[in-house]
Amino acid sequence: MLSTLLLRVDPRRAGAVVERNVLVHRRGWIVLLSGFFEPFLYLLALGIGLGHLVGSVPAPGGGTVPYPVFVAPAMLAVQAMNAALTETTFNVFGKLKYMRLYDAVLATPVTPTELALGEIGWCLARSGLYSAAFLGVMAVLGLTPSWWAVLAWPAALLIGFAFAALGMALTTFLRSWQDFDYVVVIMMVMFMFAGTFTPLSAYPAWVRPLVELTPLYHGVALTRSLTTGSPDLGALGHVAYLVVCVVLGLWIAARRMARLLLT
Amino acid sequence: MATTVRAVPRGRAAHVLAYHLVGYRRTWRATVFSSFLLPVIYLAGIGLGVGGYVDRGHHLGVAYLSFLAPGVLATTALTIGVEESTYRVFSQFEWDRTYEAMLATPLRVVDLLLGQLAFVVFRALVAVVVFLAVMAAFGTVHSPWAVAVVPVGGLIALACAAPTFAFTATQSSAQGFSVLQRFAVIPVQLFSGVFFPVSQLPAPVRPLAYLSPLWHGVELCRGLTLGTLHPWPALGHLAYLAVWAGVGFALAARTFRRRLVV
Repeated sequence: MLSTLLLRVDPRRAGAVVERNVLVHRRGWIVLLSGFFEPFLYLLALGIGLGHLVGSVPAPGGGTVPYPVFVAPAMLAVQAMNAALTETTFNVFGKLKYMRLYDAVLATPVTPTELALGEIGWCLARSGLYSAAFLGVMAVLGLTPSWWAVLAWPAALLIGFAFAALGMALTTFLRSWQDFDYVVVIMMVMFMFAGTFTPLSAYPAWVRPLVELTPLYHGVALTRSLTTGSPDLGALGHVAYLVVCVVLGLWIAARRMARLLLT
Repeated sequence: MATTVRAVPRGRAAHVLAYHLVGYRRTWRATVFSSFLLPVIYLAGIGLGVGGYVDRGHHLGVAYLSFLAPGVLATTALTIGVEESTYRVFSQFEWDRTYEAMLATPLRVVDLLLGQLAFVVFRALVAVVVFLAVMAAFGTVHSPWAVAVVPVGGLIALACAAPTFAFTATQSSAQGFSVLQRFAVIPVQLFSGVFFPVSQLPAPVRPLAYLSPLWHGVELCRGLTLGTLHPWPALGHLAYLAVWAGVGFALAARTFRRRLVV
């Protein structure tokens, strides 16, 4: 089903959707710039500021690491999630329901699948830039003890892709702006409890399986194992989980978009 | 007819407050998440999770959860103060144009401001009362003085809302709000001594934290719930917040007039 949807995709038409976003944001560059700034502040406050009080915590590969080294890769994953989810939920919803942009787009040869891919492509380009900048800051601050950290960039892209696809799928189910309170809560709960600020071992045993269900947990575990230099077979498991999210999200999004817009 | 006309000038701002309260009866459910659930999630996520590691070191002389909770309370008041003063105010200028409708009645610009700011304070008071109950349930209230955080929370919200009203009145599109959020609100939330003492900041940037109204609010709330507040610093913090509220109100009155009165 997905393969037939994807086979008919013309990259040029999906690219036109990306191009539209680039044109729109030429005037909103300050909003784009502010996206760099925010995770950096969180890193300074919750990683380094709070880190003085925390000391060191258990590292994924055994032993301990200073708290900033522990939190920084999680912020990288959270940033990828936030960028992807805000773009594909808030912005896409506005274009779908209020600006009626997609009705106009679908009056052109662009198909719903190309539209979804184009929006996700733009979202990835944007979050890819942020991730690269953030990883650079981490390296300058000495928070990447291993060369494996280079792979944290494609990992962040994969995390962004997974959340963009899931976000697109979720948006097709939202009815009004009021429903976005649920989206905010989902993001916040994952931010706080997906192993971002504490190792999984700090949670009570009955909570751990719940934490392991969230896509963000797999993203955090993946980037953390890379930047601290201890990737193992488990990292492949995290990758597999995120790939499943991508496929599932895309499949639902493409089908629901077609139903919402073409009937 | 004659009686209604005469009734309007008396307590004109109260009519504006009533307008916002009636609207809130239909929209309060959505605010339950942002005003009550999110702070509790913050408290549980950072306070309980990270707190276990912080408490090994005994740097603070008090359990981390007890240190963090009053800070999150003050932050909630700030968040409500700003949140109610951006899109909500902007839409009344630009999208719903309710202000224009209100000014077609005997209401004056000052009435719009007083009435709506009273509504913002009301929102903050409710949130602070609920959060204080949550704090008590977590065992983080250590002094009977803690009840005084309720009016302090209202003052924090007012001190943040009034200047934000002034800012919103100068905006021609909603884009400025995400810039305000990221370049002002989030830095203030992160570096005002909520999560770690301001004394840990590098000396050159520490004065910036002292300028932030939230730092003064956090000091007040923390002193009250821990029972460690001294009267003179407390008066200083209150006076500073009152200055923000007062100057903010004057600026808001100016910018509102400039935008609404031709």
